[in-house]
Amino acid sequence: MSDGGKPGVAAASGRPTTRARLDRLVLALGGPVLALGVAVLLTSAVLLLSGRSPVEPYVLMIEYAGNADIQVLIVNQATTYYIAALAVAVGFRMNLFNIGVDGQYRLAAMVAAVTGAAFSLPAPLHVLVIMAVAMLTGAFWAGIAGILKTSRGVSEVVSTIMLNAIATSIIAYLILPAQFGEQRGNNLTTGQIAESGWFPGFDTGPGGVVYGFIVVAALLGVVYWLVLNRTRFGFDLRATGASQSAAAASGVDAKRMIFTSMVISGGVAGLAGMPVLLGDSHTYSLVFPVGIGFTGITIALLGRNHPVGIAFGALLIAFLDKASATLDYSGYEKEIATIMQGLIVIAVVISYEAVRRYGLRRQQQKVGEELAAQAASAPGDTSQNLSKGASA
Amino acid sequence: MRRVTKLAAAVTATAALALTTAACGGTSTESSGESEDKGAAIAYDVGGRGDQSFNDAAYAGLSKAEKEFGWDGEDIEPSDGESDADKASRLNELARLGYNPVIGVGFAYAGPIEEAAKKNPDVTFGLIDDETVTGDNIVNMVFSEEQGSYLAGVAAAHATETDVVGFVGGVEVPLIKKFEAGFVQGVQDTDPDIEIKRQYLTQPPNMDGFSKPDLGKEAARGQLDADADVIYHAAGLAGQGVIEAAADRDRWVIGVDSDQYEQKTLAPYKDNILTSMTKDVPDAVYNLIKSVEEDDPQSGVIRYNLEADGVALSDSNPAYQEMTELTEAVEQAKADIVAGKIEVSPTP
Repeated sequence: MSDGGKPGVAAASGRPTTRARLDRLVLALGGPVLALGVAVLLTSAVLLLSGRSPVEPYVLMIEYAGNADIQVLIVNQATTYYIAALAVAVGFRMNLFNIGVDGQYRLAAMVAAVTGAAFSLPAPLHVLVIMAVAMLTGAFWAGIAGILKTSRGVSEVVSTIMLNAIATSIIAYLILPAQFGEQRGNNLTTGQIAESGWFPGFDTGPGGVVYGFIVVAALLGVVYWLVLNRTRFGFDLRATGASQSAAAASGVDAKRMIFTSMVISGGVAGLAGMPVLLGDSHTYSLVFPVGIGFTGITIALLGRNHPVGIAFGALLIAFLDKASATLDYSGYEKEIATIMQGLIVIAVVISYEAVRRYGLRRQQQKVGEELAAQAASAPGDTSQNLSKGASA
Repeated sequence: MRRVTKLAAAVTATAALALTTAACGGTSTESSGESEDKGAAIAYDVGGRGDQSFNDAAYAGLSKAEKEFGWDGEDIEPSDGESDADKASRLNELARLGYNPVIGVGFAYAGPIEEAAKKNPDVTFGLIDDETVTGDNIVNMVFSEEQGSYLAGVAAAHATETDVVGFVGGVEVPLIKKFEAGFVQGVQDTDPDIEIKRQYLTQPPNMDGFSKPDLGKEAARGQLDADADVIYHAAGLAGQGVIEAAADRDRWVIGVDSDQYEQKTLAPYKDNILTSMTKDVPDAVYNLIKSVEEDDPQSGVIRYNLEADGVALSDSNPAYQEMTELTEAVEQAKADIVAGKIEVSPTP
């Protein structure tokens, strides 16, 4: 890394200097931090308007989150959110809005639970089969939207929303005792998965058990980053997402890319139900968590489709979800956290645009300054630098 | 080098995520000496207070106890999309804060209560609508909805003039199927020729069928168009739509859970509310709280059936009382069920 030297030269040759990298970091962090700040301020304003303390709820929540068992709840919930958000992010990078993550993970969890309860295999194999079934189911369900989009031009927004509703009906049918379900009291379940099909967790003692699936979630994040940034496929995907016609002109089969990324998004979505299924419930029942796919959209937006950003986003939303439980005991409504989540989403969209524009302006300014500086220095030097930049 | 640092950042972030728990000591469930008697607490199911259904009924039981024993209880609503772990955490927190008994409304609390009851052996846990988990400090309050619904069926069969009656269920879950099963059996035992229209508003996990009156209204209109002149609803708040639709056409409707003839929000339609199949959740909750207050806590499965007046058919509508043939038939059916002459099946 050629740090130091003349900044102008380094920038022109396409290698970022320390300062340029710092700039990028500031710009990347600026959006979320600004959004969070605005959301906190607005929430405080809401609290003030309703005649409450504008600070106490935050203090209560942070204190409550200091307990080990609440932290375990937060981390476990974040694991689930993380996977769902990655699934959404895969679509976003391709300019596809997969709203169907919710239906995909529920159907996948249900089919995987039925499969997992149907037979028993040696431990690691059993878990792998369940995971594979979940991914295939999710991929299949998203693939329908993919085919509709590529062959008939149906907007994936519309088709995935409808597929969510269809998934609900299919699950309701399959979970009836006449099909694969079992009635337990007033609940319907798909039967217990044998212990060989449980994903071992990390026991933290009094805090509870952290889902072992967190390791898989982290690996997924790494794979997501590697595939998108270090493979031909990832480049094609990002290129098609940025401009379909430009990508097509450079030889990318756009339709195939749309279908493939939809299937991958669905496959990842299929895993979103696995932390709970393999780590906690070991069955799909009427009380299986719902709505994770929609939270995933929020988190993907918040994390700017970046695996690390999404991890922080997932932790933040999970924190708001879990720590807000304490507000009810102290005379506040836990819906304060819901208000805050909504404000964060709005603030995120606005602040990212603001930061992007600021970045653009800054860049223009800098280029202008550099050109002026170069024009002022020796003419020979400048032409040398420019040609060097062009050939790099 | 850029590649390495970015990757390293990703790895550290995820590792940090995994390790946050290692850094801290206490847990929220550790006793903090706050164990003085603070009264009872209720943890609601989806919908929470204001659902005009069993969450509200449980709250009614709590308020009755609050007035009598002079403390302020607590009632907590769930959040969307939560898992069993969240429910268990809620129950543990209520127990830690000193509430006793702690009551979970709905079968969704079965697993969480089993867990919390083990962790808090000195606290009594009430569980409504489930008897699959048991324990010394668990009180299972279960209702024979099918028996009460059988009576509703008998009443509907006697009240109909078109020989078409309707059933509108909120969400198609086993609990609501008990209402359907009893109603259908009651109608058919009275007159097998009567046609029964049955409809559920939504499928789980979509719980709109318990909360959106417009869905109930739509379904009821469909049945009214098909000549139904008595409709029995088991749809919570969505049932208000059913009642409205039936009243608009001046047909009969049978309410559910509490005596809907007496409900203030339904006053404009009350003349069309023939009767209601009441489920005595308020008293079930109150009895449990009282037993704890008197240091003689209930334990095990408590069945609220026709015999125990846990389920019943209300008679506050004067028009209902005037139909002597109908009321006699209902009384007869009730006596037969209590005597064991009629077995009502809980599944359709």
